[in-house]
Amino acid sequence: MRNAWIIARREFRHYFVSPIAYAVALFLFVVLGILFYVNVSFGVQTGEITPDGRIVMGPMVTLLLLTVPFLTMRLIAEEAGSGTIELLLTAPVRDGELVLGKWLGAMGFMTLLLALTWIYPVILHRMTTPGIDQGVLLAAYLGVLLMVSAIVGVGVMVSAFFRNSLAAGFVTLALILILWVIGGLASGSSGASEVVRYLSFGDHLFDNLFQGVVDLGDVLYFVSLTVLSLFVGSQIVESRRWR
Amino acid sequence: MIRTSGLTKYYGVHPAIRGLTFEAAPREILGFLGPNGAGKTTTMRILAGFMPPTAGRATVAGFDVVDQSLEVRRRVGYLPETVPLYPDLTVTEYLTYMGSLRRVPDLDRRVEEVVEEVALVERSESYVGNLSKGLRQRVGLAQALLHKPQVLILDEPTIGLDPAQIIEVRRLIQELGKERTVMLSTHILSEAQALCDRVLIINKGVIVAEDTPANLQAQLAGAEQLILRIGSHDAALIEALARLPGVARVTAQPGGEELRVETSPGHDVRARLARTVVEKGFDLLELRPAGVSLEAVFLQLTQDAAGEGDD
Repeated sequence: MRNAWIIARREFRHYFVSPIAYAVALFLFVVLGILFYVNVSFGVQTGEITPDGRIVMGPMVTLLLLTVPFLTMRLIAEEAGSGTIELLLTAPVRDGELVLGKWLGAMGFMTLLLALTWIYPVILHRMTTPGIDQGVLLAAYLGVLLMVSAIVGVGVMVSAFFRNSLAAGFVTLALILILWVIGGLASGSSGASEVVRYLSFGDHLFDNLFQGVVDLGDVLYFVSLTVLSLFVGSQIVESRRWR
Repeated sequence: MIRTSGLTKYYGVHPAIRGLTFEAAPREILGFLGPNGAGKTTTMRILAGFMPPTAGRATVAGFDVVDQSLEVRRRVGYLPETVPLYPDLTVTEYLTYMGSLRRVPDLDRRVEEVVEEVALVERSESYVGNLSKGLRQRVGLAQALLHKPQVLILDEPTIGLDPAQIIEVRRLIQELGKERTVMLSTHILSEAQALCDRVLIINKGVIVAEDTPANLQAQLAGAEQLILRIGSHDAALIEALARLPGVARVTAQPGGEELRVETSPGHDVRARLARTVVEKGFDLLELRPAGVSLEAVFLQLTQDAAGEGDD
């Protein structure tokens, strides 16, 4: 476990010297800021949009889906491409610790980014009386954090498979988008549709957490997706050795 | 300290090494010699715990490289062929990172020690990405020494270094070999000759010879080699010389002026060679013995194996 922390610390720090991390952060905050401004000045003031945390969180979810894969893509792929993985895999570090460390490091950075977006709900809260619903806001943030955890998990898994970061980024993006839209395919209430809907991000996020309802099933969904991805990821790292 | 039996590794259907069996004793410097693509790196990667063999077994310090990989990795210092480093870290940061993964006690002091050992003190705060190849090689070596491993596995440790650095690194390896087992690969014969207690010659994934450098040289010493310098020679002359009793082989040297004559042990053919050259109407400019070097042994062994091993 200590090794996972050591690797996580290194990955977390790496984001602060990584141009792509700054680019993603800039993109996230600029677009989020513009949407926030538009929503507040037109929607909220004309009374068309209810002022609550969701006017920030809604667009944020979409932006995260599109950007997180590019923050996780290099985690293992770059080490494989440059060869630095050879020294990591010959150090006394378990493959699982390596994968977990990478995930933790990326999660640390994402948590920091999410914490910074808290500024928008705070502004909204001060602008409105009696303020926005803090319960819904907290549940929504929990939902976003859980979703990011799953995306980062998938990102680490895919990154373990590739030697090229960009390839890992796009494949992660594709997988995430599939998990995102798959719910829309399932209409009706047949057993298969239920399963497909269960697999989809959207329902877990919007139906409950974004309504302020923290359901154990939804939490479990994102946690299992994360754990499964990390498990498969460590298997992929191990299989690298056999190739 | 290192023991392998029948070590085999396939990449897909292509065999990289086949049935390697060898040992390295404690405090021995074992040289691993072979042309590029002979399987040196593959063998070293298996011993360092990077990848498992397809078949066969290997133990390092008594631990199996597959079943007790972590134990092996704790005891091995490994310098890969191309030293992969994180360009965004300084030398000290990099060594601290690797050292913390290896649980090196009193890490800060140890990093300072190692940096001094490989003569990197002035560059210890430089970013690894800005270092020259030779300096990076030394960072790699420092990384391998950090945890005072019982076994050092060094893949081409002097590649890319300038002559002064090569001497420095060789001296360091010799020093290290006094307390631990060192296995190093090289395709530079003089290096194996200068450094190693014992040499394994590997070609196309199989061991073709294994002995001390001195004994390997002795293997060929019985057969003397002579160099004839003749103004211009032709195929007929080569054939005539090759037919002389006591002559094993005659080959034209690159450059066109010289012939290399291998003689069978126990024959002095110099007078006969000289007479034949003159009788055939050629000018004999020089006749000198060619020293038998490890190089000759190496070339002979790897060429023989190449002839047999083609598939």
